[in-house]
Amino acid sequence: MAESLAPRSNAERNEGPIFWVVGFALLFVLPVLNVLPAEDSWLHVSDFALNRFGKFLAFAILALGLDLIWGYAGILSLGQGVFFGLGAYCMGMHLMLTIGSEGVYGSALPDFMVWNQVTELPFFWKPFYNFSAAVLAGLLVPAGFALLFGFLAFRSRIRGVYFAIITQALALMAWLIFNRNETNLGGTNGLTDFKTILGFRLSEPGTQLALYVITVLCLGGAYLLCRWIIVSRAGRVLIAIRDSEQRVLFSGYSPANYKLFVFVISAALAGLAGMLYVPQVGIITPAQMGVLPSLEMVIWVAVGGRATLVGAIVGAVGVNLGRSILTNHFPELWPFFLGGLFVVVVLLFPDGVMGITRNVREKIAKRSIRLRKTSVVEEEQA
Amino acid sequence: MTEHGSIIYLEGVTVDYDGFKALNNLNFIVNHRELRVVIGPNGAGKTTLLDVISGKTKPAAGRVIFGKDTDLIGMREYEITQLGIGRKFQAPSIYGNLTVWENLDLSLSRASKGVLCTLRGRSTAAERTHIDEALATIGLTEQAFLRAGSLSHGQKQWLEIGMVMLQDPELLLVDEPVAGMTDEETVQTGRLLQSLAEKHAIVVIEHDMEFVRQIARTVTVLHEGTVICEGSVEKVQADERVREIYLGRQKVAHG
Repeated sequence: MAESLAPRSNAERNEGPIFWVVGFALLFVLPVLNVLPAEDSWLHVSDFALNRFGKFLAFAILALGLDLIWGYAGILSLGQGVFFGLGAYCMGMHLMLTIGSEGVYGSALPDFMVWNQVTELPFFWKPFYNFSAAVLAGLLVPAGFALLFGFLAFRSRIRGVYFAIITQALALMAWLIFNRNETNLGGTNGLTDFKTILGFRLSEPGTQLALYVITVLCLGGAYLLCRWIIVSRAGRVLIAIRDSEQRVLFSGYSPANYKLFVFVISAALAGLAGMLYVPQVGIITPAQMGVLPSLEMVIWVAVGGRATLVGAIVGAVGVNLGRSILTNHFPELWPFFLGGLFVVVVLLFPDGVMGITRNVREKIAKRSIRLRKTSVVEEEQA
Repeated sequence: MTEHGSIIYLEGVTVDYDGFKALNNLNFIVNHRELRVVIGPNGAGKTTLLDVISGKTKPAAGRVIFGKDTDLIGMREYEITQLGIGRKFQAPSIYGNLTVWENLDLSLSRASKGVLCTLRGRSTAAERTHIDEALATIGLTEQAFLRAGSLSHGQKQWLEIGMVMLQDPELLLVDEPVAGMTDEETVQTGRLLQSLAEKHAIVVIEHDMEFVRQIARTVTVLHEGTVICEGSVEKVQADERVREIYLGRQKVAHG
């Protein structure tokens, strides 16, 4: 009974039923439609479509983390692409090493190293022979980097637009470093031409289906983690930081620690997204971690709706689906469309798609109340 | 337990903003369970005084001692808050996107306000009762589940006072609590502060002389960063220098 007295804010709306319905559809319905119906049936989901969708869902994991830090705590990070890239490169390095001597040059070294006349595997590549070590690094390297960078930034009370600019500089810096051949990470061409993961051939539809299912499970886990955070008191501290950081500071909380916490979580989720992206897409280049992709990630969350976890997922999948369709038909129009979308969302729908659906729901509720009232009045008059 | 001596003790405090001395060799002492009002013309250093005590501003010189012997200089704001110094800002600063109840819940004094404890923390029954009592004191019981952003200006001010109250501070710093309030709200706020002064020491900064007369026992007059007079309302009002620098400008103060 006492429990019912505790009020719930907007953030804590019950998303349970949606979670189970969408989770079931993604985890069972789509794979079944991929495997069972004949290829020419209209119900059939092609290997290609499923693979694309897996990529979008990996992006959705990143969007959840970005929503946590931007939507809830109000800290705009324009450097999420860096964390995504770090995770992606960790997985990419492992996949490069498992190619072994199957490469074009038949060397145990990755092809690009042979091309660049590197004769010995650089020391920082060595741990990546081990799959578990690579996965661990894919989470810990972005998280550790965010910890260090965030510690310095938040302790110096860098916030708002200054934080956004510095993280953007970070994205540019990462792009420049990863582009250099001397970094020994494949330069502009990045890492590609992967053959197997844990012994399974990446070209097999079965492997891709498994990767898709793993991505869905990771997305579900990431969603539950984020939800656990935002419904806790710490989640309310995050919203409080967005509303009045000064008050939080003078209520005995250290805003810097809370910001650091969500920044690290968001970086780890971005790293996870990068690790799932690489085997499904088959390539990672510095272009995926620079300024532009980092900005695009912000647009996903803005379009979906800040400060709603479902919105972050809807935005990431929706914008990327739109991109997929548009770039097929009008490749040169995509940048204009994306920019236009951002302007429209910022000016007209600051709460994104989720804000629109909420408004519609509220209007319907109001109208039904009005209808009920008028019908009561009519009855009375009659 | 007897409580002797001061709750806050400032000695020779100077705050220098690029040559402008916002506080100049200031001495300021408040005793336990005292309700002290600080007045002074604009730019006298009133808010800077609160900034120094609450850790927002670091003085160039001087000592700031809380309670018996806790040196506050060099401590961070949230550490000072955890020690037991609460601060109410001039413009209401509350969390507009959380409910009134959640605003109070976050402010409640707790053993740890670290990330990990807060992630797992749930409100206990005792804490709920405490919040309900605070809601009754500040008169917002009916608004408990509303978004705090939808409250009126006066209600927001009370909410923030309630939030600071729930931190259970030994010393409460209140900056112009009745600015922008209606007459009735002002009277209610005065009563609220007086009832709080039974348990806590309170330092109030105020412009409104009417309000000062309502609540004050001891008044400190600041001018150009130093204390020029201290005593009862009558004594302060009779002081020649105070009349000259402050009451002479009463028209300005009343706006």
